[in-house]
This record gives sequence, C-alpha cells and structure tokens, in this order.
Amino acid sequence: MISARDISKRYGAVQALQGVSLDLPPGEVVALVGDNGAGKSTLVKVIAGAVSPDSGGIVIDGRPVHIGNPHDAQRLGISTVYQDLALCENLDVVANLFLGSERRRFSVLRHIRMERSARDLLTSLDVRIRDIRVPVAMLSGGQRQSVAIARALIGEPRLVILDEPTAALGVEQTAQVLDLIRRLRERGLAVLLISHNLADVRAVSDRVVVLRLGRNAGEFRTADTSQESIVAAITGAAA
Amino acid sequence: MMNAATSVREPYTPKEAVERLRHGDLGAWPVVGGLIAIAIVFGSLNEHFLSPENLTNLALQMAATGTISLGIIMVLLLGEIDLSAGSVSGLCAVIMAILSERLHWNPLLAILVALVAGALIGSLHGLMFTRLRMPSFVVTLAGLIGWQGLLLYLLGSGGIINLPFDGFVAKLSDTWLPSWAAWAVTAVLVAVYAASGLIGRRRRIAAELPVTAAWWLATKVGGLAVVLAGAVLVMSADRGVPLLLVIFGTLVVALDLVLRHTTFGRWMYAVGGNVEAARRAGISVTRIRVLAFVLSSVLAAFGGILSASRLSAVNQGSGGSDILLMAIAAAVIGGTSLFGGRGRTYAALLGILVIQSITNGMYLLSVDSSVRYMVTAAVLALAVAIDSLARRGSAT
Repeated sequence: MISARDISKRYGAVQALQGVSLDLPPGEVVALVGDNGAGKSTLVKVIAGAVSPDSGGIVIDGRPVHIGNPHDAQRLGISTVYQDLALCENLDVVANLFLGSERRRFSVLRHIRMERSARDLLTSLDVRIRDIRVPVAMLSGGQRQSVAIARALIGEPRLVILDEPTAALGVEQTAQVLDLIRRLRERGLAVLLISHNLADVRAVSDRVVVLRLGRNAGEFRTADTSQESIVAAITGAAA
Repeated sequence: MMNAATSVREPYTPKEAVERLRHGDLGAWPVVGGLIAIAIVFGSLNEHFLSPENLTNLALQMAATGTISLGIIMVLLLGEIDLSAGSVSGLCAVIMAILSERLHWNPLLAILVALVAGALIGSLHGLMFTRLRMPSFVVTLAGLIGWQGLLLYLLGSGGIINLPFDGFVAKLSDTWLPSWAAWAVTAVLVAVYAASGLIGRRRRIAAELPVTAAWWLATKVGGLAVVLAGAVLVMSADRGVPLLLVIFGTLVVALDLVLRHTTFGRWMYAVGGNVEAARRAGISVTRIRVLAFVLSSVLAAFGGILSASRLSAVNQGSGGSDILLMAIAAAVIGGTSLFGGRGRTYAALLGILVIQSITNGMYLLSVDSSVRYMVTAAVLALAVAIDSLARRGSAT
C-alpha cells in the first residue's frame, strides 16, 4: 500500500497542506475532492515527486521512501496522468504510448514489438481505436484521454494518479473514461482520482477523501454516503 | 478481436481520406503534381528542357543546395529555423579550400576539418539557443552575418581560391557512374526495398498485426523501380549518373532511416510535436535541440563543399545570395512544416527538384532574373499557405 503521512507544505505565507494523510491501497479508486485552493494539486504534486513537502512523507508497504523528483516517483511505481494530456499530436498512438521508454535494440526502434504490446494493452483496457498508427491529432477527446491513461500503465505502476480526467469530455466519452478507470481497479492498481465532478466521483470511486483549507476534512465510503454530506465536508458546512 | 487469420489494413473510406487531408496529411502528392505541371509547361515551351543533357545538369545542380536543405529540415522538424546555413556553408568551404590549397593538406583531411568546424558552429548555435534561451531566429541571424564576416576575413585580400580541376574536390562533381554501375545500384535498391517490405510484412503477420495489402506493396516497389530506371535511362543517355546525385541521394535515404527507425529520430519528432510532452516523458530536450543544430550546420558545411566542387573555387560570394532562401524554400515546398514535427527528408529532394526545375526552365527561356525571383517567391508562398492551412485544420 502507498500512503502519504502527515504532509505539510507552505508556500510563503500560504499554508497549502497541514498534516494531510492519505491511504491508497491496491484495487481501490480513491477520489480526492475539495474546493479550489484546498490543497489537492499540492498533495498530488508531492506524491508524484514534483514538489518536496516541508514535513511528512510517503510510505510504501510500511517503509518510508524518498521521492525527490518525478523520476523517483515513477521508479517506485507511481504514474501520473496530468490534465493537459501531454501527448504528441503528430505521433501515432504507438509512439505516444512508448514515448521516452521505447523498446529498442541499441537505438533502433522495435516497431513490431511496440505495436504488438500497444495493441494488447489497449485491447485489455477495452479501448477501441480503429487504427493505432494514425497521428493522435485524429482521435476524439475520449480516445486521447484513454491513450494518456494507457500510457501511464507502460511502466507497470502500482498507483495511477488521474488529474481531472473527464474535465474536457462529453457525456459518452466521460462514460468511456470512467469504464477505463474501473478496469484499472480490476487490474489491482491503486487509483487516485482528482475531480470536481461529484457525479463522476460517485460513479466510479470506492472512497472519497475531502480536503479543506489544506487539512483532511473527512473521509467517506462512497457507497454509504450521500452527495450532500460530501458537499458539506467540502464547503465546511456542519454535516 | 484478433483472430488467427491475417487481417489486412482496410483502405480508407472517402470520408476518412478527406479527414486525413484536412489534418495536413497531404503527403508528397501536391509536389509530385507540381513537378508534372512544371515538366509539361517548360517541356512544351522549350524542347531542351526535357533533354537528357539538361535533366542531367539539373541533377548536378540540385545536390549542393539540396544538402543544405536537408540540414534546414532537421531544425524545421523542431519548429525552429536556421538562417545561418548559407553563411556556414560558405565559411566551411573556405576553410576546406584554405587547408587543401594554401596549406596543401590532404583534401580528405581538409574536408573532415571543415565538417568538424561546421559541427562546432552548430553546437555554438545550439548552446546559445538552449542555455541562453535566445530565439533560434536571432541566434542564426547573428550567425548569418557573423560567419559571413569570418569568411571574408579568412579569404583576405585575395578574395578567391581556385581548386585545381583535376583535384579530389573538383573531381567530386565531375565523376559519373558508368551505366553498368548505375543499373547495378538501381537493381540493389529495388531489391532491398522489396525484401524489406516482404520481411516486414511477414514479421507483422507472425505478430498478428494488420498488414497493408500485397498489391499496394507491389505497386510501391514497381513505382520505385520505374522512377529509378527512368532516371538512370535519361542520365545514361547523356554523361551518366553524377556521383554528386548519388551522394545527395544517400544522405536523404540515410537520414530518413535515422529519423524513422531510431530513438533519436522519434525524439526529434516528439520535441517538434510537443516540447512539454517530450520533457515529461524523460527526453533530454536540450540534447535533441543541440544535436539538431549540429546536424544542420554539418550538412550546410557539406553542401558548401559540394558547391565549391561544382564551381572549382571558393570566393567572397560562396554561400551567399539566394542559397539560404532556396534551401529553406525547398524544405517547405517539399512538405516540411514550419511549425515543427511534420516532414521527411524526401522533402529536400522533391523541394529542390521543384525550385531547381523552375530556375533552370526560366534560364532556358532566358527569362529575366527579376521574374525568376517573383515566380520562386510565389511558389514558396503557396507552399507555406498550404502548410498553414493544414495546421489550422489539425488545430480544430
């Protein structure tokens, strides 16, 4: 299990996080919600290695680990899909999936091996793309988001962090991506989902963790919780 | 789902084909169409235009500027520009000439040193661009003026260095393949192309991946054979295939293989497509950028040497006048995007063929150079307009 323990982070006069903890067990989708400025992005950046906390840290299987940069995080099995998809639109799906970790012999690309694995990966995630050798620019928004998420799985991670994966999508494409998130859970991955959309959060998550003004402000099992109590925790109204 | 039977990649439906065109995936078709139009227009206006002698001259004229254009493509792929390529080509040719003629070095060694000088210049540009974060436009504009200045300084009051006609360098552009050698090269090229296509197809079938239809592979092999055989036939009717064209062709093919089949090439396209994505994927963007500028300057240097070989001299005008603009125009006309991430090395070959044919054809018709400039400008503007429209199509 990957956990964040007692994370605090201060930016100048702003206390962005204060003693925040979060457990991310395998096979569970945890939704991280909170108002703007609640500290969601800072917490994600700490887990993904983009920001170092002032105190507290990450614990994996009971052992404290040092995450100094995004590369460390990736090595420890933490993969992040950012809101802006970070795909190269001029490259095809296969090239995007393997970008930066191309299968190669010396420095010659192994096209067939990569295409085969890409195809297997996308099939296992039930992502439907008719021709995976067309440039990503020609795919729909939902397909691109699916490619971005599939790409996070190339390094065989334990935890996938999804930052607002449905923000720019229509109804049908959102449903596709939510299905994909469920399949990540079935694969036994820990999933941390950051979202503003409570409908999506309720549809797909097992547990909801609420941040408010940089502190833990409640934790709910999604199945037993009403939307009102989550909203109340987010806004700070007495539940 | 995949089944055991081979799946053949289906041809695109008309709707998808239009979609591809709208996304700027025009390929080489506009240029090929343009070339045919040029051949018809000039061929009907002047009976010498399509004569073996003139077409062989055309092949000879292409190589130097084409090589410089290849270098331009390397930086255009990153969405950058290299305005110094002309000056660098002149400067490195002068360095080569001084070493081999004034200091009597071995010509091969002199060429090598000139190429190394090109590499150093390129890395200087690359470091100014990446470390000092100067726009590539400004870095290479400074280079355009500065390296021209160094060229004038090195040439000194003499102003011209002649290369002996029977020397190694001048011989480069006066060597012709005997026709048996030209046919052998053609046969080998077609055989290798067909074999790699067949092997690739078989390996894809073994990996249960979709393959393109066999008739399409056969068409491509046949097309290559016809084009190469036609070129050899025409040039053999004159003096033969010029060595210069073989050198240029080898560079085009080798660089295309590097760009498409190595991690370096993949990362070039990635940096040109989306710098931020490349950086997040762990690609060293700085290294790729510096390497692109190094390649650009080395190819410019080599182009300069080829040009000196054609002229059998270097002088104060080496690498000057319209060489740079011709090289950039060739890259863009051939289909390389100015916005980065799109284009292949064949653009240099096709683009320079278009520009050189127009220039050559108008010389034959003894059109005034004023008109020549305006026509070349119009062709360049058309190519950039197509590129910009294609980009707008892919942005929506």
